[in-house]
Amino acid sequence: MNNFIYTKAHSVQDAVDKVGGKTDAKFVAGGTNLIDLMKYSLTRASTLIDVNPIEGHHSIEEKDGGIRLGAFVTNAKTAYHPLIEERYPLLSRAILAGASAQIRNMATNGGNLLQRTRCYYFYDANTPCNKREPGSGCSALMGYNRIMAILGTSDSCIAVFPSDMCVALAALDAVVNISGPDGERSIAFTDFHRLPGNTPHIDNNLLHGEVITSIDIPEKGFCKNYSYLKLRDRNSYAFALVSVATGLELEGGIIKEARIALGGVAHVPWRGKNGEEFLKDKEPTRDNFAHAAEIILSGAIGYEYNSFKIELAKRAIVRNCIMALHPETQLPGAQPSA
Amino acid sequence: MILPYPIVPDVTDDGFDTQTVTLNVNRMKIELQILPWVSLLDALREYSDLTGTKKGCDHGQCGACTVLCDGERILSCLTLAVMKEGSEITTIEGIAQDGQLHELQKAFIEYDAFQCGYCTPGQICSAIGMLREGKAKTRDEVKELMSGNLCRCGANNNIIDAIMDVKNQGNYE
Ligand SMILES: Cc1cc2nc3c(=O)[nH]c(=O)nc-3n(C[C@H](O)[C@H](O)[C@H](O)COP(=O)(O)OP(=O)(O)OC[C@H]3O[C@@H](n4cnc5c(N)ncnc54)[C@H](O)[C@@H]3O)c2cc1C
Ligand code: SF4
Ligand code: FES
Ligand code: FES
Repeated sequence: MNNFIYTKAHSVQDAVDKVGGKTDAKFVAGGTNLIDLMKYSLTRASTLIDVNPIEGHHSIEEKDGGIRLGAFVTNAKTAYHPLIEERYPLLSRAILAGASAQIRNMATNGGNLLQRTRCYYFYDANTPCNKREPGSGCSALMGYNRIMAILGTSDSCIAVFPSDMCVALAALDAVVNISGPDGERSIAFTDFHRLPGNTPHIDNNLLHGEVITSIDIPEKGFCKNYSYLKLRDRNSYAFALVSVATGLELEGGIIKEARIALGGVAHVPWRGKNGEEFLKDKEPTRDNFAHAAEIILSGAIGYEYNSFKIELAKRAIVRNCIMALHPETQLPGAQPSA
Repeated sequence: MILPYPIVPDVTDDGFDTQTVTLNVNRMKIELQILPWVSLLDALREYSDLTGTKKGCDHGQCGACTVLCDGERILSCLTLAVMKEGSEITTIEGIAQDGQLHELQKAFIEYDAFQCGYCTPGQICSAIGMLREGKAKTRDEVKELMSGNLCRCGANNNIIDAIMDVKNQGNYE
């Protein structure tokens, strides 16, 4: 870890001012990703600005029929909040499928959106990586790419974005609220993270010095028919190989609206809008879900060791849609129902 | 020998100053002069002589460093000590009271829930936090919510047995 100055921010404006023009000043919230990366010297900061003392963004509140999640609320408090458990159980399940209880007690909602990839080569400073060192090359393309992306990749980077919470937020049509040197703005969740293109070192559309203050989720929470399925090498406490968030709205045995988002397959939480369109006004049958899965994965490209993910993702979509018909069958940690 | 990462000196002569940090650990005030990048784990082990909390991975992956912070279980390895000024920290040294072992400590002995004992302080702090959270109802849920604490010796089944016993007795406060 490099040496740095530590300071606390007491308001959003204070945080923005403290960054000023310093390109290597960073905010720290839960620290669970940033401190880890700094300990490996994969990232460095001249100044760490602690955003936790900032007032006004530490609560979960009703907002225009939906919910506003404060950026500095922890992942654990969000997942177990009565309003979230009751109205957005998909979000609750997705958060609880990620990391461990201790990490969720520290990790914040804002920080979760900004966690960095778990690509092995990104974490190994001795190997080329365009995300860590722009222009150095991508070791994963020809390397051991078992955990890498199958959708939206580029020749520059095939890393996946590792968050679970964000897969549910993408399915729920969330909006990210931001304050920065030029005032306030909001970004639709599906526009927040970026595909790698030829700038894989830029993970998202947040600008340097901007603070995420809150995340809004609209009224529709799919609390009757929802499911989050996370497939991974261990039952618990591992990142997803493939995960799926599904919300269904059924009326008279017909699908009125479907939301399907995938984790572990792309540089962003991947929303399957084309498959969702197909399912509209159809019956919730295995065949229809399988057809939707084919549509969502139609552009997928496998690399040497991760082609299995294409079939895995299709089956996960079908399985998760069926689980969403009976959410009460879900097991802890987002395992498949019995 | 080639070291994979640059080693950073602990004390600096380039303008980085130590800060005074007051931590409330095990109901005692501890005043420390430390540099901002000292983790809470190192502040406890290296600067406060509280070596009960263990350093396993130092990267959030094993749970050995779990302590309670304002009643909640957290990882002290990914926490900067300077960020915890004013918080109430409880480590394994603060779990027994008035010479009496905590029910979980007794259960760990009774159920043979450790071999080398390295993960035990973290397991016990984590289990106390988990029971307080009150979210786990079934054995499967207890396993899931204790999955952040790894045991290299493989004592997991006995650890879960010990926790289930204390949970079922309901006498853990
Ligand atoms: C062992 C381990 C396992 C994990 N497993 C999973 C998993 O299975 N699933 C999963 O989803 N996640 C997992 N995580 C990741 C964890 O969820 C993230 O590290 C966490 O959500 C990050 O939040 P934080 O508050 O700790 O962020 P920090 O580490 O404090 O910050 C992360 C980044 O965000 C910036 N930042 C933080 N808050 C703001 C803000 N409000 N505005 C602007 N910038 C900000 C910081 O400057 C930094 O660049 C795991 C982490 C570990 C260590
Ligand atoms: S996949 Fe992306 S993060 Fe991984 S080595 Fe290639 S450029 Fe780096
Ligand atoms: S030492 Fe902190 S989690 Fe391993
Ligand atoms: S008892 Fe040895 S690591 Fe758990």
